[in-house]
Amino acid sequence: MFGITLRKKQRKVFYRIVLASVITIALVLCSYFGLISVGDDIRPKVMFVLYLVPYLIIGYDILIKAAKGISHGQALDENFLMSVATIGAMVLGVTYTGDYDEAVAVMIFYQIGELFQAIAVDKSRTSISKLMEIRPDTAYIEEDGELTEVDPDEVEVGTVIVVRPGDRIPIDGTVVEGSSSLNTSALTGESVPRDVTEGDEVLSGCINLSGVLKIRTSKEFGDSTVSKILDMVENASNRKATTEAFITKFAKVYTPFVVVCALLLAIVPALVQLGIGADPEYQMWIYRALTFLVISCPCALVISIPLGFFAGLGGASSNGVLVKGSNYLEALSGVTTVVFDKTGTLTQGVFEVSDVICNEVSRERLLEMAAAAESSSPHPIAASLVRAHGMDIDRSRVTEIQDIPGKGVIAKVDGIDVAVGNTKLMESMGIACDAPSAMGTTVFVAIDGRYAGSITISDVIKPESRRAIEDLRKAGVDRTVMLTGDSENVARKVAGEIGLDEVYGQLLPGDKLDRLEEIMGSSKGSVAFVGDGINDAPSLVRSDVGITMGAIGSDAAIEASDVVIMDDDPRKVAVAMGISRKTMRIIRENIVFTLIVKFGFLGLAAIGYVDMWLAIIADVGVMIAAVLNSARALRYRWNR
Amino acid sequence: MKKSYKIEVDCANCAAKMEEAAKKTDGVANASVNFVMQKMQVEFVEGADPEQVMKAVLKNCKKVESDCEIEF
Repeated sequence: MFGITLRKKQRKVFYRIVLASVITIALVLCSYFGLISVGDDIRPKVMFVLYLVPYLIIGYDILIKAAKGISHGQALDENFLMSVATIGAMVLGVTYTGDYDEAVAVMIFYQIGELFQAIAVDKSRTSISKLMEIRPDTAYIEEDGELTEVDPDEVEVGTVIVVRPGDRIPIDGTVVEGSSSLNTSALTGESVPRDVTEGDEVLSGCINLSGVLKIRTSKEFGDSTVSKILDMVENASNRKATTEAFITKFAKVYTPFVVVCALLLAIVPALVQLGIGADPEYQMWIYRALTFLVISCPCALVISIPLGFFAGLGGASSNGVLVKGSNYLEALSGVTTVVFDKTGTLTQGVFEVSDVICNEVSRERLLEMAAAAESSSPHPIAASLVRAHGMDIDRSRVTEIQDIPGKGVIAKVDGIDVAVGNTKLMESMGIACDAPSAMGTTVFVAIDGRYAGSITISDVIKPESRRAIEDLRKAGVDRTVMLTGDSENVARKVAGEIGLDEVYGQLLPGDKLDRLEEIMGSSKGSVAFVGDGINDAPSLVRSDVGITMGAIGSDAAIEASDVVIMDDDPRKVAVAMGISRKTMRIIRENIVFTLIVKFGFLGLAAIGYVDMWLAIIADVGVMIAAVLNSARALRYRWNR
Repeated sequence: MKKSYKIEVDCANCAAKMEEAAKKTDGVANASVNFVMQKMQVEFVEGADPEQVMKAVLKNCKKVESDCEIEF
């Protein structure tokens, strides 16, 4: 049915609904065409007995549950209330309304609602599992030249596993043989394949696309990335949001409230009418009270909330954003201030040559000489010089290397004196140089005793960072801040380029936390902290929502943060907020819509405008609408 | 000690009731029912025997929702 497979229990309910409906319709038609010919005196009783057949078919389990509930002191459960409402309606059928199909209809619709609920939950569970269909079932080990299939759970750390093209990497490890490209989309949401070769670390959950890989495992299956992610997603909705807790509490008072109202409605107006000498119309008031009971089940309200959160969490993970709990998804929607760490978050954390100023020699020559002189230095600046030069340097060209700590390097390249270092080095050699650039670390180069030029090395801003801030602003964030240990000048330039509102530079690790607390004190809404998770743990924990980026594989970061963005893209912060806002909007819609319908119908029932038919149709209808609405949270279109 | 159990329950409100019932059971420090995943996470009081406690949890849950199931 509609591509939905029903479980055995659900199928049984489905057949009962069909059977009871058919009998009821047959009875209605028979009595309409006068096919039931009995005397008018016993007619109500005969009809009662006839309608009892479909009533029991559809409602027997509810009656039994109601009886069990009472024996356990659960007088106000919905089974009991449904039973009272429908039995009452049947009895009133004999004495007052002459309408028996109503009670059967209430039971039928109630069961349809319950069945729909069960199907919806099953369906959203499968859609999440499909989304998360990344659990590898097998690992392959090579034994005597043959591949043996084993349970990944049994593979010990340090074992070499073989991953063939098309297979999913089951366990985290390092490639020891082969090269290939990997589809990491299950982990990062990123569709561009990543190339790996010997010595590279690979994460479980990626699909091997081209070549055979031999991987030495570095973790057990249970500690591997894929297991961790699945665990996190599956258990995320265990951490309940305040909205959810509120609705659960509300549901607990809602039912007794409606029941008390029903009791009052059954007694008070009749007594008043009696008091003023009018006909008390007991039966009419009892009928209206019973209609109240039909609307007393809080199910629509209660079910749509966890379903909505669940769909939102699922939607987030399909976009490469792991949210560790419904509470954090909720908190994200209230974020108005986002505080970023700089290095590794907004910038790539990789130093590159950003500026070359040369006076007398060509740019290439300057870079070549500097790179050659520095070629044997382990310093990161040396590495970026060599990278910028881009060619292999024949080290035999470099002789008489002198490393001068805190200043730089002096060496002979092709027999020519080359000095590469900071202002101090130039001063000590009596060479005049320009002022150092404010935008990073500047090294000066002197060739053959004469000043040749300078090379500035700085951290590279991620290409997505600017868009990320724009997206956040569109998403309603009114304050974006960057904290960094770098110099004020560098910090300001980066912040200016990206378009951040505030920037604080030259912060020691401890200062970051103090500054964050200051920002939190002066912010209206919630404050999110975004870091790369390496040394930001205190800030991640302290902020209202701690977000780490590109941290997949780093356990400590995942531990400390509330939201994990699986790739390096800072725009995902806005995506996460977008999903969160959408989910919360859907949940609010559901709450408001359900409450309006429920209280609206209670009001109308009290003044007699709504009969039981309408009441149950509205009740089941609003629940179905709320469930379908919740499912929308699963889909979030990200405008790349 | 925390353990996760598979459960079977049909309506969201009943799941909330089960959670409540489980929390009140002796030997349970905290409990959380995940209706959509159909899972119950139980945190036991130090020194409690999970098997025994879960029997009591199931009994209490049955009282509030007669056709729920817990696998343990």
